[in-house]
Amino acid sequence: MAYSERVIDHYNNPRNVGQLDKGSTEVGTGLVGAPECGDVMRLQIRVNPATQVIEEAKFKTFGCGSAIASSSLATEWIKGRTVDDALGIKNTDIVKELSLPPVKIHCSVLAEDAIRAAIGDWKKKNSAPVAAVAAEAVAVAG
Amino acid sequence: MSTVASQVEVPADVSLPIYMDNHATTPLDPRVLAAMMPYFTEKFGNAASRNHSFGWEAEQAVETAREQIARLIGATAKEIIFTSGATESNNLAIKGIAEMYRERGNHIITQVTEHKAILDTCKRLEKQGYRITYLPVKADGLIDLDDLARAIDEKTILVSIMAANNEIGVLQPIAEIGRLCHERGVLFHTDAVQAVGKVPIDVIADNIDVLSLSGHKIYGPKGVGALYVRRRNPRVQIAAQIDGGGHERGMRSGTLNVPGIVGLGKACEIAREEMASEAAFLTGLRDRLKEKLEANLDYIHVNGSMDHRLPGNLNVSFVYVEGESLLMGINDIAVSSGSACTSATLEPSYVLKALGLGDDVAHSSIRFGMGRFNTQAEVDYVADKVIDVVKHLRKLSPLYEMVLDGIDLSKIQWAAH
Repeated sequence: MAYSERVIDHYNNPRNVGQLDKGSTEVGTGLVGAPECGDVMRLQIRVNPATQVIEEAKFKTFGCGSAIASSSLATEWIKGRTVDDALGIKNTDIVKELSLPPVKIHCSVLAEDAIRAAIGDWKKKNSAPVAAVAAEAVAVAG
Repeated sequence: MSTVASQVEVPADVSLPIYMDNHATTPLDPRVLAAMMPYFTEKFGNAASRNHSFGWEAEQAVETAREQIARLIGATAKEIIFTSGATESNNLAIKGIAEMYRERGNHIITQVTEHKAILDTCKRLEKQGYRITYLPVKADGLIDLDDLARAIDEKTILVSIMAANNEIGVLQPIAEIGRLCHERGVLFHTDAVQAVGKVPIDVIADNIDVLSLSGHKIYGPKGVGALYVRRRNPRVQIAAQIDGGGHERGMRSGTLNVPGIVGLGKACEIAREEMASEAAFLTGLRDRLKEKLEANLDYIHVNGSMDHRLPGNLNVSFVYVEGESLLMGINDIAVSSGSACTSATLEPSYVLKALGLGDDVAHSSIRFGMGRFNTQAEVDYVADKVIDVVKHLRKLSPLYEMVLDGIDLSKIQWAAH
């Protein structure tokens, strides 16, 4: 299959690879997909508690080139946005930006899921003072 | 396509792209092409034309090819039927025997890692009232002969077990299978597409009754294959599946593809003469590739037996790296993957799953198929490139990181999608 230049660029030079301290209350972690399905994305955000702005985003992805590119692009897009603003990112935006063929649309869906899961995890940690400890325990489960 | 992440240098004696997918198809040997050429142009006759020299010339060429093929597998020329390829040969063998021996029984035994040309043919027969037993394979890809012995009953008419697997290169014990079938009075067919010309096969010594082979897997042309049909002890009868002019002793009508047949014959002749030296050469390349990969990468898994294996085959799972993403990084090398993302069905390889591998390991597999025209310099480049790209992708892999951190991936509640 022929990949778009944008996919190849993200594959060769993935942005924001790495991990954040998932124990921190400022960090939200989303782990989506399954090894059996051939793709797993872990997307993490560090949110400024005062401004609600995502100051840092990191990812690691097991999956095809399109899955790697989708998650790499997602970290690029959410950095600098508020969490509410980041929730507005749709998988169709990713499809368009990366020119993904129909067979690869699920990669973009997974990236959107990863953003939502990371933000959801962060919100859970920060919704009530008592929740922070519990959230830590389930962070891995995504 | 733009550059890939890898910075591995291409040696002067290696030109890109490298073809290392010789189980899919092989390049035509120039000696085969030379033998074929006259039969496209001045020697264009129909081998069935009995009353002029154009026909005689074509017929002579076909009979020479029949002889060359027969010699490679220990058969006689009269036992060779020409077809359009191994898919047709497999269909003709199984459907033709099922139809001809219907009154004797309706039970056929095959195994789970056969090519789709066998499995789908058997599935069709099941709809027509035949009973099919699909034997499992062990973790090394081989069938258990005791399973086979137990599966044969009074209604069994045919056992069809491949000689060499197209994905993992595993060689089934066909001599033992043949002996067992003959002891029990059951016909034995083998899809020998990947094995013919690569490892010795002798239809008499191995007790093979019917055998499928193909031109384009042995440096011959596409669109031509053959079926060996035993004429003595026992005489095997096959019901034709294509009716017409009664060519090929009535078993397969249709004007013969003379240039293709000449090419198949020449390919078999070369294979017979060069098999021993070529097998040693390819075993050397394969072992070299395996050793380099194992020396430089952790968590790699060779799929299928190394002891019973085609010389040029290496099937490896680079665990925690998805196969298609690896292919993308090595796009100057032609290999194939068992990853779902590379298949039309979005299912990972059924052959690898039959070995008991998890879907995740199947997703990570690459098949290297080395052949006559590969070089050691190419193998060295391929190894370096694969190592480089796997390392790049593992830096991106959350699974690899988790495993290195001591996390048991099987304990995680994955959100399947």
